[in-house]
Amino acid sequence: MSYVTGLILLLVASAIVNNVVLSQFLGLCPFLGVSKRVETAAGMGGAVIFVITIASFVTALIYKFILAPTGFEYMQTIVFILVIAALVQFVEMFLKKSVKSLYESLGVYLPLITTNCAVLGTAINNVTNHYDILESVINGFGVAVGFTIAIVIMAGIREKIEYNDIPETFKGSAIVLITAGLMAMAFLGFSGVI
Amino acid sequence: MNKNLERLYNGLWKENPTFVLMLGMCPTLAVTTSAINGIGMGLSTTVVLVLSNMLISALRNLIPDRVRMPAFIVVVASFVTIVQFLMEGFTPALYTSLGIYIPLIVVNCIILGRAESYASKNPVIPSMFDGIGMGLGFTVGLTLIGIVREILGNGSIFNVTITPLNDFHITLFGLAPGAFFVLGCLVAIMNVVRKKMEEKGKPLPAVQGCLGGECSSCTLSSACTGKSLVHQVEEIPPVDPKDVAKPQAMADAVKHTANAKNTEDVEKSGSDSSYADDDLTGKEEK
Repeated sequence: MSYVTGLILLLVASAIVNNVVLSQFLGLCPFLGVSKRVETAAGMGGAVIFVITIASFVTALIYKFILAPTGFEYMQTIVFILVIAALVQFVEMFLKKSVKSLYESLGVYLPLITTNCAVLGTAINNVTNHYDILESVINGFGVAVGFTIAIVIMAGIREKIEYNDIPETFKGSAIVLITAGLMAMAFLGFSGVI
Repeated sequence: MNKNLERLYNGLWKENPTFVLMLGMCPTLAVTTSAINGIGMGLSTTVVLVLSNMLISALRNLIPDRVRMPAFIVVVASFVTIVQFLMEGFTPALYTSLGIYIPLIVVNCIILGRAESYASKNPVIPSMFDGIGMGLGFTVGLTLIGIVREILGNGSIFNVTITPLNDFHITLFGLAPGAFFVLGCLVAIMNVVRKKMEEKGKPLPAVQGCLGGECSSCTLSSACTGKSLVHQVEEIPPVDPKDVAKPQAMADAVKHTANAKNTEDVEKSGSDSSYADDDLTGKEEK
Protein backbone atom coordinates (compact mmCIF):
# COMPACT_ATOMS: atom_id res chain seq x y z
CA MET A 1 0.00 0.00 0.00
CA SER A 2 1.56 3.23 -1.08
CA TYR A 3 1.80 6.30 1.11
CA VAL A 4 -0.86 8.18 -0.86
CA THR A 5 -3.39 5.33 -0.59
CA GLY A 6 -2.70 5.27 3.11
CA LEU A 7 -3.49 8.99 3.34
CA ILE A 8 -6.78 8.59 1.46
CA LEU A 9 -7.78 5.67 3.68
CA LEU A 10 -6.85 7.73 6.74
CA LEU A 11 -9.04 10.59 5.53
CA VAL A 12 -12.06 8.33 4.99
CA ALA A 13 -11.48 6.52 8.27
CA SER A 14 -11.24 9.68 10.35
CA ALA A 15 -14.15 11.43 8.60
CA ILE A 16 -16.71 8.64 8.43
CA VAL A 17 -15.72 5.35 10.01
CA ASN A 18 -14.43 6.75 13.32
CA ASN A 19 -16.70 9.78 13.29
CA VAL A 20 -15.49 12.17 15.96
CA VAL A 21 -18.91 12.94 17.43
CA LEU A 22 -20.87 9.78 16.84
CA SER A 23 -18.31 7.18 17.76
CA GLN A 24 -15.75 9.05 19.88
CA PHE A 25 -18.04 11.53 21.68
CA LEU A 26 -15.69 14.49 21.18
CA GLY A 27 -17.08 17.94 20.47
CA LEU A 28 -20.52 17.14 21.83
CA CYS A 29 -21.14 20.66 23.15
CA PRO A 30 -21.25 22.42 19.77
CA PHE A 31 -22.93 19.34 18.29
CA LEU A 32 -25.86 19.75 20.69
CA GLY A 33 -25.75 23.54 21.07
CA VAL A 34 -25.26 24.88 17.54
CA SER A 35 -27.33 22.38 15.58
CA LYS A 36 -30.68 24.17 15.47
CA ARG A 37 -30.33 25.64 11.96
CA VAL A 38 -28.51 24.20 8.96
CA GLU A 39 -26.78 27.51 8.14
CA THR A 40 -25.32 27.99 11.61
CA ALA A 41 -24.35 24.32 11.76
CA ALA A 42 -22.51 24.67 8.45
CA GLY A 43 -20.79 27.83 9.73
CA MET A 44 -19.69 26.00 12.86
CA GLY A 45 -18.47 23.12 10.71
CA GLY A 46 -16.43 25.49 8.57
CA ALA A 47 -14.83 27.07 11.63
CA VAL A 48 -14.04 23.64 13.08
CA ILE A 49 -12.42 22.48 9.81
CA PHE A 50 -10.32 25.63 9.79
CA VAL A 51 -9.19 25.40 13.41
CA ILE A 52 -8.60 21.65 13.72
CA THR A 53 -6.57 21.47 10.51
CA ILE A 54 -4.33 24.35 11.56
CA ALA A 55 -4.11 23.09 15.15
CA SER A 56 -3.12 19.59 13.98
CA PHE A 57 -0.38 21.07 11.81
CA VAL A 58 1.00 23.36 14.53
CA THR A 59 0.88 20.78 17.32
CA ALA A 60 2.53 18.16 15.08
CA LEU A 61 5.30 20.67 14.28
CA ILE A 62 5.77 21.52 17.96
CA TYR A 63 5.85 17.87 18.96
CA LYS A 64 8.33 16.87 16.28
CA PHE A 65 10.73 19.80 16.49
CA ILE A 66 10.47 20.99 20.10
CA LEU A 67 9.05 18.34 22.44
CA ALA A 68 10.53 15.15 20.96
CA PRO A 69 14.16 16.34 20.55
CA THR A 70 14.28 17.83 24.05
CA GLY A 71 12.67 14.81 25.73
CA PHE A 72 9.66 16.78 26.96
CA GLU A 73 7.02 14.47 25.43
CA TYR A 74 5.20 14.23 28.75
CA MET A 75 4.45 17.96 28.62
CA GLN A 76 2.20 17.44 25.58
CA THR A 77 -1.13 18.01 27.34
CA ILE A 78 -0.09 21.32 28.90
CA VAL A 79 1.69 22.58 25.79
CA PHE A 80 -1.09 21.55 23.40
CA ILE A 81 -3.94 23.14 25.32
CA LEU A 82 -2.06 26.44 25.62
CA VAL A 83 -0.96 26.36 21.99
CA ILE A 84 -4.53 25.66 20.84
CA ALA A 85 -5.96 28.45 23.01
CA ALA A 86 -3.39 30.94 21.75
CA LEU A 87 -3.79 29.73 18.18
CA VAL A 88 -7.54 30.29 18.14
CA GLN A 89 -7.04 33.81 19.47
CA PHE A 90 -4.38 34.46 16.86
CA VAL A 91 -6.46 33.04 14.01
CA GLU A 92 -9.38 35.20 15.09
CA MET A 93 -7.26 38.37 15.18
CA PHE A 94 -5.64 37.52 11.85
CA LEU A 95 -8.99 36.90 10.14
CA LYS A 96 -10.43 40.10 11.62
CA LYS A 97 -7.58 42.18 10.22
CA SER A 98 -6.94 40.61 6.83
CA VAL A 99 -9.70 38.23 5.65
CA LYS A 100 -12.86 40.15 6.50
CA SER A 101 -15.28 37.97 4.54
CA LEU A 102 -14.10 34.74 6.16
CA TYR A 103 -14.18 36.42 9.58
CA GLU A 104 -17.76 37.49 9.08
CA SER A 105 -18.86 33.95 8.25
CA LEU A 106 -16.77 32.07 10.84
CA GLY A 107 -15.92 34.69 13.46
CA VAL A 108 -18.75 34.10 15.92
CA TYR A 109 -18.01 30.39 16.10
CA LEU A 110 -14.26 30.62 16.66
CA PRO A 111 -14.34 31.44 20.39
CA LEU A 112 -16.64 28.48 21.00
CA ILE A 113 -13.95 26.12 19.77
CA THR A 114 -10.99 26.90 22.05
CA THR A 115 -11.59 24.38 24.77
CA ASN A 116 -13.59 22.08 22.52
CA CYS A 117 -12.31 18.63 23.34
CA ALA A 118 -12.28 17.61 19.66
CA VAL A 119 -9.31 19.91 18.95
CA LEU A 120 -7.19 18.73 21.86
CA GLY A 121 -8.32 15.14 21.31
CA THR A 122 -7.23 15.20 17.68
CA ALA A 123 -3.84 16.69 18.57
CA ILE A 124 -3.23 14.02 21.22
CA ASN A 125 -4.50 11.24 18.93
CA ASN A 126 -2.03 12.34 16.24
CA VAL A 127 0.80 11.90 18.72
CA THR A 128 -0.34 8.59 20.22
CA ASN A 129 -0.82 7.10 16.73
CA HIS A 130 2.68 8.26 15.68
CA TYR A 131 1.44 10.13 12.62
CA ASP A 132 3.96 12.26 10.74
CA ILE A 133 3.18 15.90 9.95
CA LEU A 134 1.29 15.33 6.69
CA GLU A 135 -0.68 12.47 8.19
CA SER A 136 -1.55 14.65 11.18
CA VAL A 137 -2.90 17.40 8.94
CA ILE A 138 -4.93 14.88 6.89
CA ASN A 139 -6.25 13.24 10.05
CA GLY A 140 -7.19 16.62 11.52
CA PHE A 141 -8.95 17.65 8.32
CA GLY A 142 -10.78 14.32 8.18
CA VAL A 143 -11.93 14.57 11.79
CA ALA A 144 -13.25 18.09 11.19
CA VAL A 145 -15.04 17.04 7.99
CA GLY A 146 -16.63 14.20 9.96
CA PHE A 147 -17.78 16.70 12.57
CA THR A 148 -19.25 18.93 9.87
CA ILE A 149 -21.10 16.01 8.26
CA ALA A 150 -22.56 14.98 11.61
CA ILE A 151 -23.62 18.46 12.74
CA VAL A 152 -25.18 19.40 9.38
CA ILE A 153 -27.19 16.16 9.23
CA MET A 154 -28.25 16.73 12.83
CA ALA A 155 -29.36 20.30 12.08
CA GLY A 156 -31.37 19.06 9.09
CA ILE A 157 -33.14 16.49 11.25
CA ARG A 158 -33.77 19.01 14.04
CA GLU A 159 -35.37 21.45 11.59
CA LYS A 160 -37.72 18.63 10.58
CA ILE A 161 -38.62 17.38 14.06
CA GLU A 162 -39.17 20.85 15.47
CA TYR A 163 -42.87 20.78 14.61
CA ASN A 164 -43.39 17.09 15.32
CA ASP A 165 -45.52 15.86 18.18
CA ILE A 166 -42.83 14.76 20.62
CA PRO A 167 -43.74 13.44 24.10
CA GLU A 168 -43.55 16.32 26.58
CA THR A 169 -40.72 14.81 28.63
CA PHE A 170 -38.53 14.22 25.60
CA LYS A 171 -38.73 17.79 24.32
CA GLY A 172 -35.44 19.64 24.18
CA SER A 173 -32.13 17.89 24.45
CA ALA A 174 -33.54 14.42 25.22
CA ILE A 175 -34.94 13.92 21.72
CA VAL A 176 -31.71 15.34 20.26
CA LEU A 177 -29.71 12.70 22.11
CA ILE A 178 -32.04 9.93 20.92
CA THR A 179 -31.66 11.23 17.36
CA ALA A 180 -27.89 11.25 17.80
CA GLY A 181 -28.13 7.64 18.95
CA LEU A 182 -30.00 6.68 15.78
CA MET A 183 -27.39 8.53 13.70
CA ALA A 184 -24.61 6.73 15.55
CA MET A 185 -26.37 3.44 14.76
CA ALA A 186 -26.38 4.37 11.07
CA PHE A 187 -22.69 5.30 11.22
CA LEU A 188 -21.92 1.92 12.82
CA GLY A 189 -22.69 0.50 9.39
CA PHE A 190 -19.46 2.03 8.09
CA SER A 191 -17.34 0.14 10.62
CA GLY A 192 -16.53 -2.68 8.22
CA VAL A 193 -15.54 -0.42 5.31
CA ILE A 194 -11.86 -0.10 6.14
CA MET B 1 -17.20 22.06 59.71
CA ASN B 2 -20.85 22.49 58.87
CA LYS B 3 -19.92 24.39 55.74
CA ASN B 4 -17.64 21.58 54.60
CA LEU B 5 -20.37 18.97 55.08
CA GLU B 6 -22.73 21.26 53.18
CA ARG B 7 -20.25 21.33 50.25
CA LEU B 8 -20.13 17.50 50.25
CA TYR B 9 -23.93 17.28 50.28
CA ASN B 10 -24.11 19.93 47.59
CA GLY B 11 -21.80 18.02 45.24
CA LEU B 12 -23.19 14.57 45.89
CA TRP B 13 -26.90 15.38 45.88
CA LYS B 14 -28.17 18.93 45.49
CA GLU B 15 -26.04 19.98 42.51
CA ASN B 16 -24.92 16.55 41.33
CA PRO B 17 -22.78 17.29 38.25
CA THR B 18 -24.07 14.33 36.24
CA PHE B 19 -27.79 14.27 37.03
CA VAL B 20 -28.65 17.87 37.95
CA LEU B 21 -26.09 20.16 36.31
CA MET B 22 -25.43 17.75 33.39
CA LEU B 23 -21.78 18.72 33.12
CA GLY B 24 -18.92 16.79 31.55
CA MET B 25 -21.01 14.91 29.03
CA CYS B 26 -18.12 13.85 26.77
CA PRO B 27 -16.51 11.49 29.32
CA THR B 28 -19.95 10.49 30.62
CA LEU B 29 -20.89 9.12 27.22
CA ALA B 30 -17.48 7.80 26.29
CA VAL B 31 -16.23 5.80 29.25
CA THR B 32 -19.41 4.38 30.78
CA THR B 33 -19.26 1.13 28.80
CA SER B 34 -18.72 -0.65 32.13
CA ALA B 35 -19.09 0.22 35.79
CA ILE B 36 -15.36 -0.21 36.44
CA ASN B 37 -14.47 2.32 33.74
CA GLY B 38 -17.01 4.73 35.21
CA ILE B 39 -15.44 4.46 38.67
CA GLY B 40 -11.93 4.84 37.26
CA MET B 41 -12.79 7.93 35.25
CA GLY B 42 -14.78 9.41 38.12
CA LEU B 43 -12.02 8.91 40.67
CA SER B 44 -9.26 10.28 38.44
CA THR B 45 -11.42 13.34 37.73
CA THR B 46 -12.02 13.66 41.49
CA VAL B 47 -8.28 13.64 42.23
CA VAL B 48 -7.62 16.31 39.61
CA LEU B 49 -10.59 18.36 40.80
CA VAL B 50 -9.59 18.29 44.48
CA LEU B 51 -5.94 19.12 43.82
CA SER B 52 -6.66 21.87 41.31
CA ASN B 53 -9.37 23.37 43.53
CA MET B 54 -6.93 23.49 46.45
CA LEU B 55 -4.07 25.02 44.46
CA ILE B 56 -6.27 27.55 42.68
CA SER B 57 -7.86 28.52 45.96
CA ALA B 58 -4.42 28.90 47.57
CA LEU B 59 -3.23 31.05 44.67
CA ARG B 60 -6.47 33.01 44.29
CA ASN B 61 -4.97 36.26 45.56
CA LEU B 62 -1.80 35.89 43.49
CA ILE B 63 -3.33 35.17 40.07
CA PRO B 64 -4.18 38.41 38.26
CA ASP B 65 -7.81 38.49 37.24
CA ARG B 66 -6.91 39.24 33.64
CA VAL B 67 -5.01 36.00 33.01
CA ARG B 68 -6.89 33.71 35.35
CA MET B 69 -8.25 31.34 32.68
CA PRO B 70 -4.82 30.47 31.22
CA ALA B 71 -3.52 30.10 34.78
CA PHE B 72 -6.36 27.73 35.71
CA ILE B 73 -5.77 25.72 32.55
CA VAL B 74 -2.06 25.34 33.33
CA VAL B 75 -2.80 24.22 36.90
CA VAL B 76 -5.40 21.70 35.75
CA ALA B 77 -3.22 20.40 32.91
CA SER B 78 -0.29 19.85 35.27
CA PHE B 79 -2.38 17.77 37.66
CA VAL B 80 -3.87 15.83 34.75
CA THR B 81 -0.36 14.99 33.56
CA ILE B 82 0.58 13.77 37.05
CA VAL B 83 -2.57 11.65 37.33
CA GLN B 84 -1.93 10.25 33.85
CA PHE B 85 1.55 9.08 34.88
CA LEU B 86 0.28 7.57 38.12
CA MET B 87 -2.42 5.64 36.26
CA GLU B 88 0.03 4.46 33.62
CA GLY B 89 2.28 3.15 36.40
CA PHE B 90 -0.20 1.64 38.83
CA THR B 91 -3.38 0.79 36.86
CA PRO B 92 -2.17 0.04 33.31
CA ALA B 93 -5.35 -1.87 32.35
CA LEU B 94 -7.58 1.06 33.30
CA TYR B 95 -5.14 3.44 31.61
CA THR B 96 -5.45 1.64 28.28
CA SER B 97 -9.24 1.30 28.49
CA LEU B 98 -9.75 5.00 29.27
CA GLY B 99 -7.14 6.02 26.69
CA ILE B 100 -7.48 9.52 25.29
CA TYR B 101 -10.16 10.54 27.80
CA ILE B 102 -7.57 10.89 30.58
CA PRO B 103 -5.70 13.85 29.01
CA LEU B 104 -9.11 15.23 28.03
CA ILE B 105 -9.94 15.72 31.73
CA VAL B 106 -8.29 19.12 31.13
CA VAL B 107 -11.24 20.34 29.09
CA ASN B 108 -13.87 18.80 31.36
CA CYS B 109 -16.14 21.72 32.17
CA ILE B 110 -16.73 20.53 35.75
CA ILE B 111 -13.14 21.31 36.68
CA LEU B 112 -12.85 24.73 35.04
CA GLY B 113 -16.38 25.51 36.17
CA ARG B 114 -15.64 24.79 39.85
CA ALA B 115 -12.34 26.67 39.63
CA GLU B 116 -14.10 29.70 38.20
CA SER B 117 -17.24 29.66 40.31
CA TYR B 118 -16.03 28.35 43.68
CA ALA B 119 -12.29 27.79 44.22
CA SER B 120 -11.22 31.22 42.98
CA LYS B 121 -13.44 32.91 45.58
CA ASN B 122 -13.20 30.69 48.67
CA PRO B 123 -10.54 29.48 51.14
CA VAL B 124 -8.61 26.24 50.69
CA ILE B 125 -10.49 23.86 53.02
CA PRO B 126 -14.03 24.54 51.71
CA SER B 127 -12.64 24.38 48.15
CA MET B 128 -11.16 20.99 48.91
CA PHE B 129 -14.50 19.71 50.21
CA ASP B 130 -16.25 21.24 47.24
CA GLY B 131 -13.87 19.29 44.98
CA ILE B 132 -14.44 16.07 46.93
CA GLY B 133 -18.23 16.51 46.83
CA MET B 134 -18.40 17.38 43.14
CA GLY B 135 -15.88 14.67 42.22
CA LEU B 136 -17.69 11.95 44.17
CA GLY B 137 -21.00 13.13 42.72
CA PHE B 138 -19.52 12.75 39.25
CA THR B 139 -18.11 9.31 40.19
CA VAL B 140 -21.49 8.13 41.47
CA GLY B 141 -23.18 9.39 38.29
CA LEU B 142 -20.68 7.69 35.98
CA THR B 143 -20.85 4.46 37.97
CA LEU B 144 -24.65 4.32 37.92
CA ILE B 145 -24.75 4.96 34.16
CA GLY B 146 -21.95 2.41 33.76
CA ILE B 147 -23.92 -0.20 35.73
CA VAL B 148 -27.04 0.37 33.61
CA ARG B 149 -25.09 0.11 30.37
CA GLU B 150 -23.13 -2.92 31.52
CA ILE B 151 -26.28 -4.80 32.55
CA LEU B 152 -28.09 -3.94 29.30
CA GLY B 153 -25.12 -4.35 27.00
CA ASN B 154 -23.13 -7.16 28.55
CA GLY B 155 -25.34 -8.85 31.13
CA SER B 156 -22.85 -8.29 33.93
CA ILE B 157 -22.04 -5.97 36.83
CA PHE B 158 -18.42 -5.05 37.65
CA ASN B 159 -17.28 -7.75 35.19
CA VAL B 160 -19.24 -10.45 37.08
CA THR B 161 -21.57 -12.17 34.66
CA ILE B 162 -25.16 -12.55 35.78
CA THR B 163 -26.27 -15.76 34.10
CA PRO B 164 -30.04 -15.13 33.80
CA LEU B 165 -29.42 -11.62 32.39
CA ASN B 166 -26.63 -12.74 30.11
CA ASP B 167 -29.08 -14.46 27.74
CA PHE B 168 -30.94 -11.23 27.08
CA HIS B 169 -28.16 -8.67 26.73
CA ILE B 170 -28.27 -6.14 23.87
CA THR B 171 -24.75 -5.51 22.63
CA LEU B 172 -25.83 -2.16 21.16
CA PHE B 173 -25.92 -0.58 24.64
CA GLY B 174 -22.21 -1.17 25.03
CA LEU B 175 -21.54 0.66 21.76
CA ALA B 176 -21.80 4.32 20.82
CA PRO B 177 -25.56 4.46 20.03
CA GLY B 178 -26.39 2.92 23.41
CA ALA B 179 -24.56 5.75 25.16
CA PHE B 180 -26.75 8.33 23.41
CA PHE B 181 -29.95 6.37 24.11
CA VAL B 182 -29.17 5.94 27.81
CA LEU B 183 -28.27 9.61 28.24
CA GLY B 184 -31.36 10.68 26.27
CA CYS B 185 -33.58 8.64 28.59
CA LEU B 186 -31.74 10.05 31.61
CA VAL B 187 -32.42 13.61 30.42
CA ALA B 188 -36.09 12.72 29.90
CA ILE B 189 -36.32 11.27 33.43
CA MET B 190 -34.68 14.37 34.85
CA ASN B 191 -37.21 16.51 32.95
CA VAL B 192 -40.00 14.69 34.82
CA VAL B 193 -38.17 15.06 38.15
CA ARG B 194 -37.63 18.77 37.49
CA LYS B 195 -41.31 19.29 36.81
CA LYS B 196 -42.32 17.40 39.97
CA MET B 197 -39.88 19.40 42.08
CA GLU B 198 -41.15 22.66 40.60
CA GLU B 199 -44.72 21.71 41.45
CA LYS B 200 -43.54 21.00 45.00
CA GLY B 201 -42.00 24.48 45.07
CA LYS B 202 -38.42 23.26 45.34
CA PRO B 203 -37.02 23.82 41.83
CA LEU B 204 -33.71 22.14 40.96
CA PRO B 205 -30.73 24.24 39.85
CA ALA B 206 -30.68 24.85 36.10
CA VAL B 207 -28.76 22.62 33.69
CA GLN B 208 -25.38 24.25 33.18
CA GLY B 209 -23.63 22.19 30.54
CA CYS B 210 -24.09 21.83 26.81
CA LEU B 211 -27.42 20.06 27.32
CA GLY B 212 -28.95 23.34 28.47
CA GLY B 213 -29.41 24.32 24.84
CA GLU B 214 -27.63 27.23 23.23
CA CYS B 215 -23.91 27.57 23.92
CA SER B 216 -24.30 31.30 24.42
CA SER B 217 -26.76 30.82 27.27
CA CYS B 218 -24.42 28.37 29.02
CA THR B 219 -23.32 29.78 32.35
CA LEU B 220 -19.87 28.41 31.72
CA SER B 221 -19.50 30.05 28.34
CA SER B 222 -17.38 32.76 29.90
CA ALA B 223 -15.11 30.09 31.32
CA CYS B 224 -14.99 27.98 28.19
CA THR B 225 -14.90 30.38 25.28
CA GLY B 226 -11.68 31.74 23.97
CA LYS B 227 -12.71 35.35 24.02
CA SER B 228 -12.66 35.62 27.78
CA LEU B 229 -9.38 33.75 27.91
CA VAL B 230 -7.30 36.91 27.64
CA HIS B 231 -9.68 39.70 26.75
CA GLN B 232 -11.97 39.41 29.74
CA VAL B 233 -11.26 42.85 31.14
CA GLU B 234 -11.46 44.62 27.81
CA GLU B 235 -14.60 42.84 26.68
CA ILE B 236 -16.74 43.66 29.67
CA PRO B 237 -16.36 47.34 30.47
CA PRO B 238 -15.64 47.71 34.18
CA VAL B 239 -18.84 49.48 35.14
CA ASP B 240 -20.04 49.20 38.70
CA PRO B 241 -23.37 47.36 38.63
CA LYS B 242 -24.82 49.84 41.11
CA ASP B 243 -24.16 52.70 38.72
CA VAL B 244 -25.99 50.89 35.96
CA ALA B 245 -28.83 49.61 38.06
CA LYS B 246 -29.76 52.91 39.72
CA PRO B 247 -30.39 55.13 36.71
CA GLN B 248 -32.34 52.34 35.01
CA ALA B 249 -34.46 51.75 38.08
CA MET B 250 -35.02 55.49 38.41
CA ALA B 251 -35.90 55.79 34.76
CA ASP B 252 -38.34 52.91 35.17
CA ALA B 253 -39.87 54.57 38.21
CA VAL B 254 -40.15 57.84 36.31
CA LYS B 255 -41.73 56.01 33.40
CA HIS B 256 -44.19 54.30 35.67
CA THR B 257 -45.21 57.53 37.35
CA ALA B 258 -45.33 59.25 33.99
CA ASN B 259 -47.50 56.50 32.61
CA ALA B 260 -49.70 56.60 35.66
CA LYS B 261 -50.07 60.35 35.38
CA ASN B 262 -50.83 60.05 31.71
CA THR B 263 -53.49 57.43 32.29
CA GLU B 264 -54.96 59.53 35.05
CA ASP B 265 -54.92 62.50 32.75
CA VAL B 266 -56.59 60.47 30.05
CA GLU B 267 -59.20 59.22 32.44
CA LYS B 268 -59.77 62.71 33.76
CA SER B 269 -59.96 64.19 30.33
CA GLY B 270 -62.25 61.34 29.32
CA SER B 271 -64.48 61.94 32.27
CA ASP B 272 -64.22 65.68 31.71
CA SER B 273 -65.29 65.27 28.13
CA SER B 274 -68.14 63.03 29.18
CA TYR B 275 -69.18 65.62 31.71
CA ALA B 276 -68.83 68.17 29.02
CA ASP B 277 -70.96 65.99 26.81
CA ASP B 278 -73.50 65.75 29.59
CA ASP B 279 -73.34 69.48 29.95
CA LEU B 280 -73.76 69.92 26.26
CA THR B 281 -76.66 67.52 26.11
CA GLY B 282 -78.10 69.26 29.15
CA LYS B 283 -77.71 72.60 27.43
CA GLU B 284 -79.26 71.27 24.30
CA GLU B 285 -82.18 69.92 26.29
CA LYS B 286 -82.52 73.22 27.99
